[in-house]
Amino acid sequence: MVLKLILLLFALKGEVLNIKDVPNDDGSKLRIEYAIPFAVFDSAFIYRIEGKKSVKIDRLIHNEGAFIDDGLSYKGHYKYKLVIYSDTLQKVFESGLVSPKASWFDTSQFPLFLVVLLYTGLLLFYIQHARSGKSMYLRPIAGLQALDEAVGRATEMGRPILYVPGLSSLSDVATIAALNILSHITKKAGEYETKILVPVRDPIVYTIAREIVKESYYSIGRPDLYSEDDVFFATDSQFGYAAHVSGTMIREKTATNFFMGMFYAESLILSETGASTGAIQIAGTDAVTQLPFFIVTCDYTLMGEELYAASAYLSKDPMLTATLKGQDAMKLIILLVVGILSVLNLFGIHITLGLF
Amino acid sequence: MLQKKIPLAIVLVFGIISAIQYFVPHPLSQEYYDTMLKWMIGVGSMAVFLALVSFLRHHYVRLKVKEHAPYSAVAILSFLFMTLVGFIGGMGPGSIFQKMFYYVQAPLQATMFSLLSYYMASASYRAFRAKSFEATLLLITAFLVMFSVTTFGNYVPGIPKTLEWIMAVPNMASKRGIAIGVSLGSIATSLKIIFGIERNWLGG
Repeated sequence: MVLKLILLLFALKGEVLNIKDVPNDDGSKLRIEYAIPFAVFDSAFIYRIEGKKSVKIDRLIHNEGAFIDDGLSYKGHYKYKLVIYSDTLQKVFESGLVSPKASWFDTSQFPLFLVVLLYTGLLLFYIQHARSGKSMYLRPIAGLQALDEAVGRATEMGRPILYVPGLSSLSDVATIAALNILSHITKKAGEYETKILVPVRDPIVYTIAREIVKESYYSIGRPDLYSEDDVFFATDSQFGYAAHVSGTMIREKTATNFFMGMFYAESLILSETGASTGAIQIAGTDAVTQLPFFIVTCDYTLMGEELYAASAYLSKDPMLTATLKGQDAMKLIILLVVGILSVLNLFGIHITLGLF
Repeated sequence: MLQKKIPLAIVLVFGIISAIQYFVPHPLSQEYYDTMLKWMIGVGSMAVFLALVSFLRHHYVRLKVKEHAPYSAVAILSFLFMTLVGFIGGMGPGSIFQKMFYYVQAPLQATMFSLLSYYMASASYRAFRAKSFEATLLLITAFLVMFSVTTFGNYVPGIPKTLEWIMAVPNMASKRGIAIGVSLGSIATSLKIIFGIERNWLGG
């Protein structure tokens, strides 16, 4: 026992308890580091002291280590107490008063922040460039070129158009892109006096889709074409919605079906039913897993970013077109960076720039 | 004019704050995010009411059309029945509402989902017709992938390795290519909306 005591005294001469702030957090964590170089204790516990309250937070099983004490408040002040038991002896070590710091900027996200700034700068540069009146070339996208043809076909056949704005909510960018395209298609359908049916799954998307259709008819001077019944809430059940839309395609005999936005497992049910009715179908989604189903069953498919480009492509607005140029420039930069880093990796130089 | 300017101003202010919020771990930033979520739920619950009105009106109008009437009648009756059962008996465990959900709605949804297997067969038939070089390539690749996941495929030398290569190299490369494009496209769409360049969501 005497030997243990001597060892304990020697061992505990250094810093036994070290409390550090965890960087880049919301001020709810502290890092507790402890070091007891010799196996001299029978048991050891760490206590957190806040005011007069003391809470046992961990039992130490190793001589050296660290752990994160979570669930703290950045406004609080804490002390930590390490109690070591050796036979009948007890030794207590207390830290000073510490307070976790809440960060105002997550430095681990700095590379991403720089990339976002670079990308925003590129987009703004091209928008400014477009303001000078210089025209920009856009490569033809078959699916978007066929939009007018698809609306025209429905007009010739005297049948309605079905527009499905995906099954996701408005927090999905694909849904916003789908609603942007809805505006163009409604205007085109309005010019030809063709009925457009928009069954919606999400209540918020429903209210917005309704306003878009109404405003689009107003903007072409045909408010009389708007019917409250054309944009409707079907159901929020995924397969209930698939059943409803499939039934609509068969009973209404829609001539043209648009599937734009975010889709899940129901994509094939919708598009295959549409294909069986003989309707011309154009789909657009950024859901990689659903793309093969649309490619197989639809006449045209907008893949990934083409869905986002549709609005710029259809409106021919130079400002919107400029953003596509910005995207291409950023893709070129990414391609170069990936290429250079891959070549360096082949030579054993591993650089990630904190991005991967 | 104000009808468009006010929403655009709101989008500009809250769009920029929300973009910055992502990089700020401070509790005040989290508090802002939580408040925004609460607002979304609040606005969403108001939209639910409008959606229900739309649902009932849509089916009521269709009750007068012979072709649609049976389906719309079922939709309205089911809606009214479930609402009534929910109000009277509650929605807790063992309630009629819950039983209707588990023993009627869930099997109906499962039925729709199971239809996928048939649709998959017909879509595959269309996709795998070797009409062109690309379609032939797709057919061969699909055959290899399907064959390699069968028990027999695992014992054919080279097949599991080929599957691994197909999934890890060409498949992953194309997926990542699309993912990069989608990410850039979604950021660009968000910025276009925040800066008011894209206004189609306001009806053009």
